[in-house]
Amino acid sequence: MKSRFFNKVEKFNGTFTQLEENNRRWEKLYRQRWAHDKVVRTTHGVNCTGSCSWNVYVKQGIITWEHQATDYPECGANMPGYEPRGCPRGASFSWYEYSPVRIKYPYIRGRLWKLWTAAKKEHDNPLAAWASIVEDPAKAKEYKSVRGHGGLIRVHRNEALELISAACLYTIKKYGPDRIGGFTPIPAMSMMSFSAGARFIALLGGEQMSFYDWYADLPPASPQVWGEQTDVPESAEWYNSSYIIMWGSNVPLTRTPDAHFMTEARYKGAKVVAVSPDYAENVKFADDWLAPHPGSDSAVAQAMTYVILDEFYQKHPVDRFIKYSKQFTDLPFLVELGPSAANSNHFTAGRFVRISDLVHDDTVVNPEWKTVVYDTRQQKIVVPNGTMGQEYDAKEKWNLELKDQEGNEIDPALSVNDQDATTTQAVIDFPAFSNEGNAVVIRHIPVRKLTYADGSEHDVTTVYDLMMAQMGINRIGDDELAAKDAHDATSFFTPAWQEKRSGVKADQVIQIAREFAQNAADHDGASMVIMGGGVNHWFNADMNYRTIINMLMLCGCVGKTGGGWAHYVGQEKLRPQEGWANITFANDWEKGGARQMQGTTWYYFATDQWRYEEIDNQAQKSPVWKSKHTYLHNADYNQLAIRLGWLPSYPQFNRNPLSFAKDYGTTDLAKITPKLVEELKKGSLHFAAEDPDANENQPKAFFLWRSNLFASSGKGAEYFMKHLLGAENGLLAKPNSRRKPTEMVWHDQAATGKLDLVVDMDFRMVSTPMYSDVVLPAATWYEKKDLSSTDMHPFIHPFNDAISPMWESKSDWQQFKLLAKTFSKMAAKYLPGVHYDLKSAPLGHDTPGEIAQPLGKIRDWKKGEVEPIPGKTMPSLTLIPRDYSKVYEKFITLGPNVVNNYGYEVQDQYDYLKDLNGVAAEGIGAGCPLLDEDEKVCDAILRLSTASNGKLADRAWAKKEAQTGEHLTDIGRGHADDVMSFKKITAQPQEAYPTPIGTSAKHGGDRYTPFSLMTERKVPTRTLTGREQFYVDHEVFREFGEGLATYKPSLPPIVLAPEDTDVKPVKDEITLKYMTPHGKWNIHTMYYDNLEMLTLFRGGPTVWISPEDADQLKVKDNDWLEAYNRNGVVTARAVVSHRMPKGSMYMYHAQDNEIYEPLSTITGNRGGSHNAPTQIHVKPTHMVGGYGQLSYAWNYYGPTGNQRDLYVNVRKLKKVNWSED
Amino acid sequence: MKIKAQIGMVLNLDKCIGCHTCSVTCKNTWTNRPGAEYMWFNNVETKPGVGFPKRWEDEDQYHGGWTLNAKGKLQLRAGNKLNKIALGKIFYNNDMPEMDNYYEPWTYDYKTLFGPERKHQPVARPKSQITGENMELTTGPNWDDDLAGSTEYVQQDPNMQKIEGDIKKNFEQAFMMYLPRLCEHCLNAPCVASCPSGAMYKRDEDGIVLVDQERCRGWRFCMTGCPYKKVYFNWKTHKAEKCTFCYPRIEEGQPTVCAETCVGRIRYIGAMLYDADRVEQAASTPDESKLYEAQLGLFLDPNDPEVVKQALKDGISEEMIAAAQKSPIYKLAVKEKIAFPLHPEYRTMPMVWYIPPLSPVMSYFEGRNSIKDPDMIFPGIDQMRIPVQYLANLLTGGNVPVVKSALYKLAMMRLYMRAKTSGKDFDTSKLTRVGLTAARATSLYRLLAIARYEDRF
Repeated sequence: MKSRFFNKVEKFNGTFTQLEENNRRWEKLYRQRWAHDKVVRTTHGVNCTGSCSWNVYVKQGIITWEHQATDYPECGANMPGYEPRGCPRGASFSWYEYSPVRIKYPYIRGRLWKLWTAAKKEHDNPLAAWASIVEDPAKAKEYKSVRGHGGLIRVHRNEALELISAACLYTIKKYGPDRIGGFTPIPAMSMMSFSAGARFIALLGGEQMSFYDWYADLPPASPQVWGEQTDVPESAEWYNSSYIIMWGSNVPLTRTPDAHFMTEARYKGAKVVAVSPDYAENVKFADDWLAPHPGSDSAVAQAMTYVILDEFYQKHPVDRFIKYSKQFTDLPFLVELGPSAANSNHFTAGRFVRISDLVHDDTVVNPEWKTVVYDTRQQKIVVPNGTMGQEYDAKEKWNLELKDQEGNEIDPALSVNDQDATTTQAVIDFPAFSNEGNAVVIRHIPVRKLTYADGSEHDVTTVYDLMMAQMGINRIGDDELAAKDAHDATSFFTPAWQEKRSGVKADQVIQIAREFAQNAADHDGASMVIMGGGVNHWFNADMNYRTIINMLMLCGCVGKTGGGWAHYVGQEKLRPQEGWANITFANDWEKGGARQMQGTTWYYFATDQWRYEEIDNQAQKSPVWKSKHTYLHNADYNQLAIRLGWLPSYPQFNRNPLSFAKDYGTTDLAKITPKLVEELKKGSLHFAAEDPDANENQPKAFFLWRSNLFASSGKGAEYFMKHLLGAENGLLAKPNSRRKPTEMVWHDQAATGKLDLVVDMDFRMVSTPMYSDVVLPAATWYEKKDLSSTDMHPFIHPFNDAISPMWESKSDWQQFKLLAKTFSKMAAKYLPGVHYDLKSAPLGHDTPGEIAQPLGKIRDWKKGEVEPIPGKTMPSLTLIPRDYSKVYEKFITLGPNVVNNYGYEVQDQYDYLKDLNGVAAEGIGAGCPLLDEDEKVCDAILRLSTASNGKLADRAWAKKEAQTGEHLTDIGRGHADDVMSFKKITAQPQEAYPTPIGTSAKHGGDRYTPFSLMTERKVPTRTLTGREQFYVDHEVFREFGEGLATYKPSLPPIVLAPEDTDVKPVKDEITLKYMTPHGKWNIHTMYYDNLEMLTLFRGGPTVWISPEDADQLKVKDNDWLEAYNRNGVVTARAVVSHRMPKGSMYMYHAQDNEIYEPLSTITGNRGGSHNAPTQIHVKPTHMVGGYGQLSYAWNYYGPTGNQRDLYVNVRKLKKVNWSED
Repeated sequence: MKIKAQIGMVLNLDKCIGCHTCSVTCKNTWTNRPGAEYMWFNNVETKPGVGFPKRWEDEDQYHGGWTLNAKGKLQLRAGNKLNKIALGKIFYNNDMPEMDNYYEPWTYDYKTLFGPERKHQPVARPKSQITGENMELTTGPNWDDDLAGSTEYVQQDPNMQKIEGDIKKNFEQAFMMYLPRLCEHCLNAPCVASCPSGAMYKRDEDGIVLVDQERCRGWRFCMTGCPYKKVYFNWKTHKAEKCTFCYPRIEEGQPTVCAETCVGRIRYIGAMLYDADRVEQAASTPDESKLYEAQLGLFLDPNDPEVVKQALKDGISEEMIAAAQKSPIYKLAVKEKIAFPLHPEYRTMPMVWYIPPLSPVMSYFEGRNSIKDPDMIFPGIDQMRIPVQYLANLLTGGNVPVVKSALYKLAMMRLYMRAKTSGKDFDTSKLTRVGLTAARATSLYRLLAIARYEDRF
């Protein structure tokens, strides 16, 4: 203190400021805090689409914090770069490392452990010991009923592995390997960790659940329109757009690392529009905001389509749009018309006309798969290049050159009006849907006559004419059946009509539609729609999507730089795909040996949600076309789909799949097949799904890793609790015995607690480990190696271990490796030898199976309409030999079959891996590259995939070039000598190389533009017509009125059904729409327990409501509420805000129920998670298969686990009870 | 003239996505330790809202910053040193925010989840990090995020209260913006002036304001003095702590943690040269709405040879002068005048500046009634969702015209760039009217949109 007074100080700024000489040594304090020993590049394994590169700082062996990496390669001098990618959720991850929620040791449910140790004393054979517990109802109930209530005890890993192995071996032996299931979400976010469990389960013959469809992240519209699972622009591509609509995608919140491309594109002059029912974060950036009522989006999009067709096709045709439509869409294709079911003198749209209809010529290959157009040059009907018939015709070059099969240049006519035949104005009926009930829209349409080869006469039209008619575009001057204009509210699909549905002003819709189309006309299609969960999580999501995609196709935006659909829901883009798939499904050992199950249908039957269906599917059906294969219950459509080979179904049959070879006394599939088919036909053998509650048909063991299934992704969580786990639950619903499926067995008492064993691997104690029987401690993302990629950016990122796995945790690969070892050892003793596993599988997309069932017609063998022929009219059958004692040896080596799985040379790359990874010295994998360590697996994935190995990409392009006859190899040549390795991507992020597994033709530093292979290189889409499809002609689609996209409202409100538990309403209770969008303070879809994130908002479960609704409920901000419906109850605090529309409640996703969740006064149990009030609704059109682009592939097509068409009753929670005893 | 160098920051609120990454990376790096639980050197607020600590902008309550006394002389609003001693206030400071104004930091009873079997599923309840007792959560550092609880909190925003007329809080007219905040490293720092121990100082070489952790005696007058409430009291060490502008990183040529990790890419860091001899005079400008311009007048053109000469004479390093010459801060704040200080009426001469949010206005010059009259852009600014008056209350002491001209400039730049990317003609006289040329508009566009790492920092 002394010096301060006596030292001379310099004063200035008048005498206001003084300069002091003080010792500043103390400043080292913060310098030391900043100092660190090493920085390690890694990323996060969340299904958030982020896949961001992070630097983790380590000081004296302790992880201190993480910052984003900023060393991404640039996107070019005139574009913003990717740095820095990452969000607050990612930045807070290091909290988990040392947090009290960390799972440090293996755990087993205490009660099960007691039973197990006692049983082992009684039985020498551990399989018998396991049987003595699970086959004894009292013992089984004893440990199942307390699932989730705590009471896990610490055990040694080997003890846990022995129990798991015994359970699996017993299940395989007694019920079959297909009674073992596994679930882990989206692989792209940590692909090798995914592979770990999936490879183990594949080698067993268990089923691996799909996830993309289960999450309702899959947009079924994409397979329907393009034959693609999903393909979207990387986020930097937004910057190339000049008109961006964010439709149901809250970009700043859910696409945090990429949002800047949107904010920055505005400075380049892009207009930004937000379509959102609430004043969401992204509305802050929007030049215009459209706020439709939740779920009414397809009404808005239909009205915009009306404006586009009316103004840009009819009144002032835009040359660019028409050229695009003719070459790249199905608009010019001919469709036959039939009589309407509503008015017999009216038409209704039928199926596409094929060349098989017009000529009988045995030399034409796949004639039923060759659709036709009218060529105005030659003035005749031709098969244009590129249809699916040509895709499977080895003689043909499969491309979109505007030529016919003889090589003549063609110019397809959009309308039958442009054809040489006489056209007449006919009257056609279209289905229309609304909350008031189904209606028939009657329009004029031009039609022409066509004489088929069999001499019959048919009226036909084009898809374009159908679209124009459906919209009511006035084409003939004074058309009294058409809309008068955009303001004609009486005519379906006009802007004025949509205003009644969505609440959005007609003028606003007209303005945006015009701007959108004009921008596309002026900027070569650079109009874009960023779309997301807000429009995709609905029962009729495909209608939302297809109506929006229609706008994009009509304006020629798809496949154009800065244009098209940008769907971001889930981290779907696993870039190094081929190597990953080989390892994950053990195709290196046995191609096609893995059971790839459709997640939604598995859960639908296993959790018995099918028994509680209240949905009236009659209201979803078309009044203008009736199918004879019609059902009242959606589960019946699922049965149809199973037996016709449309969807997979595991557990397979009501018999152990290992039993067929034994029982029939042969291992010759050709001999087994007819016997099995005969049994099916006469009914002595059944699909297990026909009776999912029968003991022998139930799943018995289930593996979970990287997931939080029982809360964050368990749609219908309380059904899971009751039927799958047998745990305490808040289910208020009762089975609906009024509406039973006709093709299923109904038990008055449904099974509860179906699973005997639930195994979970996690690094934190949340719902799923709490409800599991065995919990193994997992390494965190900063303690292991792995790979990550996403559709949002082009890079493949590494995970790296900043520190070694702490306590007893292990990486997923090591965890399953050790399990495989114990399992194999026990198998050698208790289940030795080779067992022949009869595996059924659906007709696959991108295989000849997709041209198995022609014309979109249903032919049901069960009804005698056709013979059951595996791979044709029913699922295909294969026989897989399984030696359970060799699972470990196969697990840790890369099998030699891998070289046969590509269709081009990969032997040299396989050989390279032998040197890189070393080879196994003994066992069945002797001489094969080792996969025993995590980094080796990563390197094998990179080496064996085209996105990361330019040599392979070059060969793949050459193969595609040969198939299409189009020059393509130049696309990949820039990287023809480049190969990524794990070390290389650790040094700096590397962009995936161009590969034909995607649809982008971009290279040389240009940004990824999906479908530019189509627009720039004339590579067809893998659809029936080889083009983008406005029209889908399968019977089920026509039955549901979805041949053309249309508006379908969200499902009608049901809070409680008549039989359900009676809940006495209280005063001030109201009904609200219940939605679960992705939130800001949870780490994507799983993590809602991170202290930092919880601190930054309200620290526990909350729901958002409008002030008007709060007034009615008589609650204030932060008061506790209780929301319930037949599916369950959730308790949460109210967040009252005027940014919420009246009538809707948001409970942001992933609010688990183990944090700050009081009891429900209705059930007396713990309030559930955000998924407690949810229930899934399966949609029959998503089950169609064996038909072109509508064919099954895992995560490609199938019913989605949509959970948005829901309502809850809401009341104040009068008494907040924590029940901590 | 006495030239000093200062490191400053500009945040482009027009690009801010309100994600709080800056807050989290900052907290993990600097304040995730006992005694600092509640400290957010950097935080992000939703505006309109009460902020953190609650209603920090209400200087009638907290008495932060400077005021002019009857003679027009600058004095601390909380009273000068003499005043403190004379009135014994040094032992009794009731102008400080208390725990309720911040929040009681909590954690959860996570271990329950590993516990023995219970009647119902166990649950981790919140527990105070101060007392260890169970808590019911009623407030936090970002409690009113995204207009949460707007029925209670919007009207408590002092900036809203200063707007004349009725601002409707209804769904259709909803508006919000985000305000990330850190220490302002003021040219006229009231915290330094408030410190009885001489522990607070402004570094001579870069203007960073620090609390000497050895000299601090925990009087806490800095907390009152700072009108931004960006000095915190560590209840474990009993010392004041605050944002250090990441000097350990700045010294190594790295940007601050909050700036580097800003995923919205909204932050710019750069050096400024200013005339330290005129700070008091500028801060004493009587009219509050003129303080922004007064502060602007302190900054010196680093490319002026006379300035460079004098700077070298005053001991500014060549490196610092070079940094000032390529400073994005100079460009945004002084040259283009699109960035503004936070609450200049506090007379602190703050050095963290903000570009106001533009959105949404495009519809008015592109859509609807405007196609025939592109000049509709100007009425558009007046009709934007966020009232310009609100922005002026926040950033210019109520000076509306300067905020408007910045917004006009940004909007015109957008319009110009749209014409350019479309290959359409553009009447460049429209640029001249907002003080731009084609070249300057392009260069501004590049700085705001391309915003390369090297150009931001």
